[in-house]
Amino acid sequence: MSVVFSVFMLTLLVITTFAIVRTRHLFVAVVLTGIFSLLIAAIFFLLDAADVALTEAAIGAGIATVLFLGALALTGEHERGGSRNRLLSLAVVAVIASILIYATFDNPRFGDPQAPVHQHVSPWYLDGTREYIDIPNVVTAVLGSFRGYDTLGEVFVVFTAGIGVLFLFSAQPRRRRSSSQPATGPIEGEGLRHYLIPRVVGRMLIPFILLFGLYVQFHGEYGPGGGFQAGAIFAAAVILYALLEGETRALRALPASVLTGLMAGGALLYSAVGVAGMLLGSHFLDYSVLAADPVVGQQIGIVLIEAGVGITVAGVLISVFHAFAARESV
Amino acid sequence: MTIDMLIDIGSWVLLSLGGFFVFVGGVGVLRMPNLYTRMHAASVTDTMGAILIIVGIMLQAGASLATVKLAAILLFLLLTSPTASNALASAALLAGLRPSESTAADTERHQ
Repeated sequence: MSVVFSVFMLTLLVITTFAIVRTRHLFVAVVLTGIFSLLIAAIFFLLDAADVALTEAAIGAGIATVLFLGALALTGEHERGGSRNRLLSLAVVAVIASILIYATFDNPRFGDPQAPVHQHVSPWYLDGTREYIDIPNVVTAVLGSFRGYDTLGEVFVVFTAGIGVLFLFSAQPRRRRSSSQPATGPIEGEGLRHYLIPRVVGRMLIPFILLFGLYVQFHGEYGPGGGFQAGAIFAAAVILYALLEGETRALRALPASVLTGLMAGGALLYSAVGVAGMLLGSHFLDYSVLAADPVVGQQIGIVLIEAGVGITVAGVLISVFHAFAARESV
Repeated sequence: MTIDMLIDIGSWVLLSLGGFFVFVGGVGVLRMPNLYTRMHAASVTDTMGAILIIVGIMLQAGASLATVKLAAILLFLLLTSPTASNALASAALLAGLRPSESTAADTERHQ
């Protein structure tokens, strides 16, 4: 039954992809990309990768769609005519596709327990999690502790991407960011203040979205979740507030300086936990020395670095959204 | 006939009915003449489809944490879906799509 469902979802995925490629209307393409993310999140879930599914749904289908729409508001909704050299593009795509399809023949059978990926370090991670870290969610243990370097790298990628976007937007001549000169009163007509129903429902939901973000953040050791997902959910709550109440109010609640601090602070917190391990006489990012009991030390370390991840991701996503929105009001 | 079996039957009836309403909503979105009537069809999926399917799954889950989570999801859907429909409709009105005119325009385009 699960196989039938997977094939059905994959078929939908292919159809969505063709629709994205075929459409000339960029607004339609953005919405279809959101649908694509949601479908692939469902497929990840069918493959028992709940953590990845949650990330894909929160970031791919949620925040990325909003950011794409923000970008569309600055540009245009219609694709410019493509280049004339269609045959060349087709040839390149055909060659690459056939190489990739040829490569799949060497793949182990789907779900094969003898596959190399299940034989290399995975058994050690599964056993080691119980012995060294003792939390139910192995994914969090692998991400946070065993492969802490990789996750640190990811956080710095997010951080660097955020800085890059902010630089790109500040390079153009434009009105000063409203953050540097907070307006004296709420600007009437900003956001959706005149639309009663979205505003009432949105205001009612925002606290619960924030609460759910905290749950995802701190429940990551026990179930699917963690800093990346929680950061995206937090950002979604703030973006919803900004859409409903207007940029000015959102920036008054969370000023741009605070957001920049969050962006850097999360990455710094992560690195500081690593350095603390060194100062206490072990390796960088070895959390075992953070407490008298190595297992408790690992758990403290994972909670701290997940908090760092969440802070940076939320800060970057909200800053990028504000950067788009500030351009829009030029 | 045990109580478990009754619950199971009830759950499957709800799930099938919910599936039917989702299907009807899908057909409506494809067949209706203009945006507002299409939204009306889609809202059948949001409300009747979602309620019946989630209650059906709740019966399957029994008295457990999963049921509480499903109830939270149902509450969330019942709050957000009509709001989204409302926002979509007012955005369409704001963009100048009049319900009566658009019907005429759509039929003209199809002919």
